[in-house]
Amino acid sequence: MFKTFLVGILLGLVAAAGVLYAIPLVNQQREVSHIFVAPNGENRESFRINIPDDRIMVGAAQGVSTLPVDLQWPVADVLAGVSAQMYKLRNEREVVIGVAARTVAIEQGKETIDWVLHLPARGSLFASMNLVAEEDGQRFGGVRAGTREFALTRGNITEGWVADDSGAEDAPDGRIELLAAYQSIAEQAE
Amino acid sequence: MKYLFALLFGLLTGAAIFCLGLAFNPFVSKPGLSPLSVSSAETILLSYPSYASESIAYSNGGESHAKPFPKKILELWEAPIRQTTARALVLHDARGQAAGFGIKISSLSERTRPLQGAALVDSVWYVNLPGRGALFIEQSENYWDYLRSVVFPAYRSSADTWKGTWLGTLTTGPGALGTARVFGSSGEFAGQEMLAIETMSVKTWRADGGPVAAQGQLLIELPPVAAEASDDSSVSDAKSVAN
Repeated sequence: MFKTFLVGILLGLVAAAGVLYAIPLVNQQREVSHIFVAPNGENRESFRINIPDDRIMVGAAQGVSTLPVDLQWPVADVLAGVSAQMYKLRNEREVVIGVAARTVAIEQGKETIDWVLHLPARGSLFASMNLVAEEDGQRFGGVRAGTREFALTRGNITEGWVADDSGAEDAPDGRIELLAAYQSIAEQAE
Repeated sequence: MKYLFALLFGLLTGAAIFCLGLAFNPFVSKPGLSPLSVSSAETILLSYPSYASESIAYSNGGESHAKPFPKKILELWEAPIRQTTARALVLHDARGQAAGFGIKISSLSERTRPLQGAALVDSVWYVNLPGRGALFIEQSENYWDYLRSVVFPAYRSSADTWKGTWLGTLTTGPGALGTARVFGSSGEFAGQEMLAIETMSVKTWRADGGPVAAQGQLLIELPPVAAEASDDSSVSDAKSVAN
């Protein structure tokens, strides 16, 4: 019987190692990416943020209402010109696929607007936006950096507001629409 | 029948021995000294409290030991973001003064391999230092030593609490030397590529709230041009930081 016990120990060691080797401990849920490839080779992908449903945090200096209501924006001179928002990020089919952060700050007398889009299963995109919005309210910006799937890509992002006109009772006020157009750096160089 | 019980008991014992061996594996060493600690280039040192209730905002899937803060914040409960943590914080300079604002978004990494001592987290930082510029930081963090030295002992303790001093470098990549990649976005950092590491020191950790007394630090190595342009006292020599 003792020999059986020893065989059991060996099998247990092998089984535990095998399970840890074969079964991934972390498995991020993936949603189908809806990417349109433009004739010039650019990948175009649309992200959206429903307002107010997807707001995680809205913080800004005194005078601006914060979200959640119990959030305390720090009182520090250095943060007087900074405001930040965090949102859940959805794909074109309204499925939450990531987290986005938008910050507005004053740098050397000029305002800067930056977006970070984080998609756990894919990577992150970082974009800096133009200060002046277009006449139709859209704002353009450039993709400055990316990680993992987006590591070697550059392109641009367009930010726009689309008001909800569905009239549905539980409809959001509208949505922020982010249209990302990106391409690998190697393809851009060709 | 008794042989079957002996086999089953042996299997469980073997699996338990394997788990113990994994937790105390001497071949998985603590990360060594970061190359930035001995760099002669100028650096920016930013620190922040590493527990949720000292953040401006902290949100996760709601199932972690660290609870979202403030209480009414939206939780990241949807399946694709359930293993993600988002936080906004004030960053302090080397003198303890508020120097800027940071957002850190991190997700458990699918490259996590316990057999190799890798409990990985993919994270990005957005750092804004008003008056100076903004930075985007990409890094992989390895929490294996933290889990082994702080979290497991806390669960083993009858009070579900760990007390002591743990200091470790979390950043393990993507840079070849185990450093994070930093992209300067605006101000004096515009267009610059830099290196960084994130470290954490913990003094108290509780199973019901995570780190209670803990501090994180970001050490960013400035490129020569940005270093020359900067005369801010929050920029400290790497050697003094290493001390």
